[in-house]
Amino acid sequence: MTKVFELENVYKTYRNEGVDFPALKDVSLSIEEGEIFGIIGMSGAGKSTLVRTLNRLEEVSEGTVKYYGQDLKALKAGKLREVRHSISMIFQGFNLLGQRTVLENVEQPLRITRVPRKERRAKAREMLKVVGLEDKEDSYPARLSGGQKQRVAIARALAGDPKVLLCDEATSALDPKITGEILDLLKKINDDRKITIVIITHEMSVIEKICDRVAIIDEGRLAEIGEVKEVFRNPKSEAARKLVFPANPFDVSEPDGKVVRIVFDGTSANVPFIANLVEKTGRKVNILSANTKSVGGIGYGQMVVELPREKEEQDIIIDFFRSGGLTVTEV
Amino acid sequence: MSEYLIGVIEKGVWETLQMTFFSSLFSYLIGLPLGVILYATSKGRLLENRPVGFVLGTVVNIMRSLPFLILLVLIIPFTRLVVGTSIGTTASIVPLTVGAIPIVARMVEASLCEVGPGIIEAAQSMGASPLYIIIHFIIPEATPSMLHGAAINIATILGYSAMAGVIGGGGLGAIALQYGYYRYQANVLWTTVILLVIMVMVIQELGMLLAKKKRKN
Repeated sequence: MTKVFELENVYKTYRNEGVDFPALKDVSLSIEEGEIFGIIGMSGAGKSTLVRTLNRLEEVSEGTVKYYGQDLKALKAGKLREVRHSISMIFQGFNLLGQRTVLENVEQPLRITRVPRKERRAKAREMLKVVGLEDKEDSYPARLSGGQKQRVAIARALAGDPKVLLCDEATSALDPKITGEILDLLKKINDDRKITIVIITHEMSVIEKICDRVAIIDEGRLAEIGEVKEVFRNPKSEAARKLVFPANPFDVSEPDGKVVRIVFDGTSANVPFIANLVEKTGRKVNILSANTKSVGGIGYGQMVVELPREKEEQDIIIDFFRSGGLTVTEV
Repeated sequence: MSEYLIGVIEKGVWETLQMTFFSSLFSYLIGLPLGVILYATSKGRLLENRPVGFVLGTVVNIMRSLPFLILLVLIIPFTRLVVGTSIGTTASIVPLTVGAIPIVARMVEASLCEVGPGIIEAAQSMGASPLYIIIHFIIPEATPSMLHGAAINIATILGYSAMAGVIGGGGLGAIALQYGYYRYQANVLWTTVILLVIMVMVIQELGMLLAKKKRKN
C-alpha cells in the first residue's frame, strides 16, 4: 500500500506570552492510500492541530510530515499551494462564501487553478449532482440547512479532483440523522473516487460508522492506533477505553466487586451466553449496561457486567466467556 | 424669501452635492486600497509587514486626529498647489478628500476584519495565494459591510463640506455662514440646515438599502 501521509516524531508547541503550550508530542503515524482514517480525541487533545499539519496550515515545531514521500516542510510557497490543490478540506463551520451562490462556491478551487469558466461551471454542476444539490445552484448559503451547507462544502472540496479529503469535525455541528447522511456520502465518495479521507472527530460513533483505522490522540500524544474493529473490541490505552466503553454504567453494588466489559460480534450474537453461563457454571453476573452497534459494517454487542467478589469465581466466569470467543476486558 | 435667495440656495445645494460626490470618489480611490493595505499588513494577517503597517497606521492616525477645521487651514498651500486656488467649490474638494481618506481607510479596514478566519483558512487550504484570498475571498465577503460604511462616510463628508464654507468654500455651509450667521437671516440658516439634514438622510437610507440588498447572509 502506498503511504499518503507519513508523520515522524511530530511536535508542535505554541508559544503564548512566553509560555510554551505543547499541542502535539512525538506523534508518528502513517495514512494509507484509499483508506478512511479517523483521528479522535477529546477537545483540546491536539487533533485539529494534527490534521492541519497534513496540509501545512500548521507548521510543525519538530519532526517531519511527508505527503507521498515529499517533506512538506521543504516546499516553497508556490509548490505548497500546488500540493494543496490535491488536498481538500471541509470544516465544522462549513466556511462557505456567504456573498456567493452555491455554484460560485463550488467553482472556487477551479478558479484558483485557472480552469476556464465554461469548464468549471460544468464541473461544479457535476459535483453538485454528486452531493444531491443540483437544484440549489443559484441559492445563497444562508438559505441552506447545515447539512446542505456541508454538502456544498463537500462538492467544493471535490471540484478540483483531490487525492485527499481532510474533514475537521465536519459533522459536529449537525444532528445525528444528518451526520449519518453526510457520513454515508463520504463513504460513497471514498468508494467511487478512491479518495483518501482523514476524519477528525470527538465522537466515537463517527469513527465506528465509516473509518477503517483510527488514531486516538490524548493530550497531544498518540495513545493508540489500529483497525477500528480491533480498537473497539480490545482497547489498550486508557484514552481508548474511555471512548469505547459505554458512558455511565450503574454503580457497582459491591465496592470491591470486579467489573468487566464483554464484546461479541455478529457471529456469536445468537448464542445466549449469559443463560449458558448460569446453566453450565452455576455462576451469576449482574448486567450494568448493554448495547449493540455497527462498527465498520459489522454488528457488535457489548455488555458491562459485575462479577462476584471471589477471585476463583471471577476466573471461572471470565474463562467461560473467553472460551466462547468473546473479548473480555476489565473496566 | 426673495427669488435671489432661492437661487443662491439652489446653487448651494448643487455645490454641496458636487463637493460631496468628488470628495467621496477621490477619498475612496485612495482610502480603499489604503484600508486593504492596513488590513493585510497588520499583525497575524496574510501579508503581515510590521514596518509598512506601522508607518501607514501612524500616518492615518495622525491625519485622523487632526480636527477638520485645522486641517482645512493647514493644507491651504497644498490646495493651491493642486487646484491653483484655495477658494471655491473645487478647492474645497482637496481638504475634504484629504480629511476623508483616513476615515475611509479605517472603515474599510474594519469591514475587512469582520471576515471570519474560517473563510481565510478554507481559501488557504484550496491553495490560494494571499493576494488571491484578499481579492476573491475577503473583499467580496466584506462588500456589504463596506457599503454600509460608505453610506456613513459620504454623510460625514457632506457634513464636513459645510465646514469648508468657513474658509471660502462654496455650498450650503458657506450660505448658512454668510446669510445666517453674519446677517442674522434665520430663515436662510434654517433652510440650509433642513436641506443638509434631508441630504444626509437620503444618502444614509440609500446606502443602507443598497448594503442590505447586496447582503446575502
